[in-house]
Amino acid sequence: MAALLPAGAPSRSGRETARRTRLLRALLPALSLAIVLGAIAWLNPRAISYFGFSLMLNLAIPIALATISQMFVIAGNELDLSIGTFVGFVGCVTATWLHDAPLLGAAVLLGSIAVYALLGALIHLRNLPSIVVTLGMSFVWQGLAILILPKPGGKAPDWLLAVTGFKPPFVPFPIVAALVIAAIVHFGLMRTSYGAVLRGSGGNPAAIARAGWSLLRTKMVLFGLAGLFGVLSGMTLIGITTSADANIGNGYTLLAIAGVILGGGEFMGGRVSPVGAVIGALTLALAASPLLTFMRIPPDWQVAANGAILIVVLAARVLISRREA
Amino acid sequence: MMAETRAAFVKLDGVEKHFGAVRALDGVDLEIRAGECVGLVGHNGAGKSTLMNILTGTLEPGSGTISINGAAEGRYSVSRALKLGIRCVFQELSLCPNLSVAENTRINHPSLRGPGWRRRAAALIAQKMDEIFPGHGIDASDIVGDLSIGRRQMVEVARAFTVTDDPLNLVVLDEPTSSLDAHTAGQLLDFVRRFVGAGKSCILISHLLGEVLGNADRIIVMRDGKVVAANDAAAFDRDSLVATMGGAAAARIPAGSNGRKGEIGPVRVKARPARQTNDMELVARSGEIIGLAGLAGNGQTDLLLAIFDAAGGKRSGMEVTAPVALVAGDRQSDGIFPQWSIAQNIGIRSIERMLSGMLISPRREAELAAHWQQKIKIRTPNMNNNILSLSGGNQQKALFARALGSDAKIILMDDPMRGVDIGTKLDVYDLIREEAQNGRTFLWYTTETEELENCNRVYVFHSGRIVANLSRDELTEEKVIQSSFGEVA
Amino acid sequence: MVQVKALLAKPWIWSFVGAFLVWIAAVAFTRGHGGGGMIIAALSLAVFMVIVGIGQMFVITLGPGNVDLSLPANIGLASAVAMKVMDGNDSMVAIGLLAALACGFAIGAANYLLIWALRIPPIIATLSAAFIIQSIDISYGRGLQIKPPPGFADFANLRYFGIPVLAMLAVLLAIAAGIVLNRTVYGRSVLAIGQNLRAARLAGVKVQRTSFLTYALAGTLGGIDGALLAAYFRGANVDIGNEYLLASIAVVVIGGTSVAGGKANVPGVWGAALFLVLLLTMLNTFGVSVGIRLVLTGLIIVGVITAAGGPKAER
Repeated sequence: MAALLPAGAPSRSGRETARRTRLLRALLPALSLAIVLGAIAWLNPRAISYFGFSLMLNLAIPIALATISQMFVIAGNELDLSIGTFVGFVGCVTATWLHDAPLLGAAVLLGSIAVYALLGALIHLRNLPSIVVTLGMSFVWQGLAILILPKPGGKAPDWLLAVTGFKPPFVPFPIVAALVIAAIVHFGLMRTSYGAVLRGSGGNPAAIARAGWSLLRTKMVLFGLAGLFGVLSGMTLIGITTSADANIGNGYTLLAIAGVILGGGEFMGGRVSPVGAVIGALTLALAASPLLTFMRIPPDWQVAANGAILIVVLAARVLISRREA
Repeated sequence: MMAETRAAFVKLDGVEKHFGAVRALDGVDLEIRAGECVGLVGHNGAGKSTLMNILTGTLEPGSGTISINGAAEGRYSVSRALKLGIRCVFQELSLCPNLSVAENTRINHPSLRGPGWRRRAAALIAQKMDEIFPGHGIDASDIVGDLSIGRRQMVEVARAFTVTDDPLNLVVLDEPTSSLDAHTAGQLLDFVRRFVGAGKSCILISHLLGEVLGNADRIIVMRDGKVVAANDAAAFDRDSLVATMGGAAAARIPAGSNGRKGEIGPVRVKARPARQTNDMELVARSGEIIGLAGLAGNGQTDLLLAIFDAAGGKRSGMEVTAPVALVAGDRQSDGIFPQWSIAQNIGIRSIERMLSGMLISPRREAELAAHWQQKIKIRTPNMNNNILSLSGGNQQKALFARALGSDAKIILMDDPMRGVDIGTKLDVYDLIREEAQNGRTFLWYTTETEELENCNRVYVFHSGRIVANLSRDELTEEKVIQSSFGEVA
Repeated sequence: MVQVKALLAKPWIWSFVGAFLVWIAAVAFTRGHGGGGMIIAALSLAVFMVIVGIGQMFVITLGPGNVDLSLPANIGLASAVAMKVMDGNDSMVAIGLLAALACGFAIGAANYLLIWALRIPPIIATLSAAFIIQSIDISYGRGLQIKPPPGFADFANLRYFGIPVLAMLAVLLAIAAGIVLNRTVYGRSVLAIGQNLRAARLAGVKVQRTSFLTYALAGTLGGIDGALLAAYFRGANVDIGNEYLLASIAVVVIGGTSVAGGKANVPGVWGAALFLVLLLTMLNTFGVSVGIRLVLTGLIIVGVITAAGGPKAER
């Protein structure tokens, strides 16, 4: 169409529209979080306090970290169905070896990050569907977790308890942590020069390869980062719960995918947002339990709230895109 | 000319490239000198893209040598080409839509890193954009996916001219103005003149002959994988270029070569392209073979798809009164089911007619396949073999059999003879004429002008619109080509 | 000889070969004791994987990105619905089964509605649906006496000539699925869409209707599976379907169905289900722990997909 129009007004307004659509879509995660917070404040004003937030967002940090992990995988147009059991595996290592034999524990955790990077390499080199590979790996992580810790138990290392038990002045720890995570990942992926290449590998892999970058390397880096944040997620989870269980992370797989999508990410095309992903994770963490308790909705419906929020946000997204198109 | 005295920067000798049985390049010699802009013209499939892919290292030549600056290149590759300062602006955009303009610039420049890289990348691309397209109105922070296709092309072109570490000696521009308006296209071509004026080289590939004639120092004409003419631009004019590209000098297509004519019946299709501004529309009656001509990608396929969709449901501006079937030209993406046998590939359009009770009858499926194997001469020992066991031409015949064996009264053909051997073509041409005499309607988009002689009437497309409606008696190759370039005959 | 070669060229044969080898290993370990019983037990358990596996197979065959993640939740809810409708009363078995069918069908239809209306990838659509269904199930199943009618439970455990009746029925289901896939307009449409969506549309295949039917079919099979599981294990609970998320995908992939779509393999689903169940049996007879069992299962899935290779790089 541009070929027929002068370079002036029409295409510029088209670009403005595109910009506005993108802005609206970027605001959507924040908006959904605001609505959930508003509902909580309305139902129980006392919850909006230092103590209230510390309590309500207690488990949000491991969820946010797992979501970031999933986001790195999705940025490369892949999907990780094993992140939940991986978090469980890390949790079991943390509560046992990392506590009893810190060096061994640290080596195992670093090794598991390497395994993630190697999975990225395998998926790229053999052109395998990541869904199936990570599905298989989810069995492996779960099995290893059970081998390490057959019965719920173990104990978090003291230093970890100290970190997760930290009580900063004025602002509750989970909020500080969420801000720090969002800022670091945003800088790393959105502002560094290699971050641009990583996102580009999801946007137009052929162009990245044509410019001389190694797609094998980008995939390994993305999966390695996913492993790193999976490890962080499992460790903070144990820091909060103080002991582990092989099944402790199982629900995280679906939550992490939902968090990325809720945060404005898309399955294809390298379009992800670290800030959005953290907000998405917080929204899911808040909506799943505290809100419903305040609304006197039985806990049975907590899972449904996640599904409903996902559907409502996606529907809103379709509406925005259609309206602006 | 002055260029004659300069040494060759790039020299290709006897370069050949085969894709299976297709000879894409058949012994090409090419010389590009420093400080000249070379125009490269030829019809689709003449081998231009293959040649450029070899020059930029994307494809390896089957045989022949490449020398740069007088030195023969043994192991030529994309990275080697970049090191030597050879770049290409590809026709399909190679920008990442999810990244900003500055970030896309960074992708091509490994040295843009460390603190402040965003600022440096933005400055680099903004400066080049300002130089080539003053008043472009694009910000380096714009996300590429938000830009119109024209602006994306501007970014792509400007990016190719940015310089950091590697030198820049030769830029290949493959249809660089296809999405640009006249004003920005002019800006680009002015810049190209300044660029070669500074001693660099440029290859300009374009279907717009005026653009090539007006800006190239030398023009190379390709046809059927060979260079058929190479001379100073001044030695050509539009007519001689058209004649060299098209073969026989604007020969008039002999009328009435398709023998007796069948009955022309009631109107089957009435369709207007979505971007048509006047009241021209395509009308096709039963028994007619209607040609859709013009340069590739000027709206012919879009109209065929619109007609295809209209047959399934109502669409404004469309009238389709009988079942349709489509013969795809891009076999891999639009036609073939690679897991299936030849018989299954033929049968898919007609499965509902092969039911006996609830189930598809294998006997009827085999009968249909056998009937068409004989009729359209598909060369295979067994129709139950996988479709990919066939040669390209025979695969195409299977796609024809799928459409002709169906209940469709309207057959849409989307440039189906691309890269098909002459034997196959002759078999199919006869069949099409025979089927038309039996009352079928054919809408035939083709990029091969000679094929239009099979048609009763030809619509020529330009920029998504019908620009000419030529009856059989008015039809000459020259007229078709003239209209294709937007110059109403 | 020629026939043997032709047989070996079938991709599904390997899952049966694997199942056979695993069985041999287990029998060798027990010195020939209980080999027959092992097969009968494997047949009984494989049935439930086969039923959902066939549904998942049709969905995966639709092409890249198509997968039904709501099957476990679906199984859980359908089992509760069936048990509640039957209410421990043998005369209500047929109606209860119908209710489970309807429940599964509705879930499948809802899945497709989400995919179509929100234009979202099937993974995320079925995932959101799974969240909601799970809650409905938890809320609905609470405090119910969720036991199957005795007659229905007996039927689910019934054997003829020593062979489980359900297994015979599941073989019939697999045969029917094979016929549907290869000999009906619907089945051919699924295969065509999975190979090349664009070419299928241009060849006149009704893409939307076929996709809808596929998700509805997978949902319905999940519903039946739920009712039968509750009968077989003599009780329904919320977690009854949990293991079938991974198992349903695993039997499809190991059975030789292409994850890239367009190539389905019905016998392979049976072979892979037997293989997985017998693998667990073998590991049990070896006395290995749950952990090792899971690790080996996972490694085998990764190994099989790596050996089979991914879809060829296209374009």
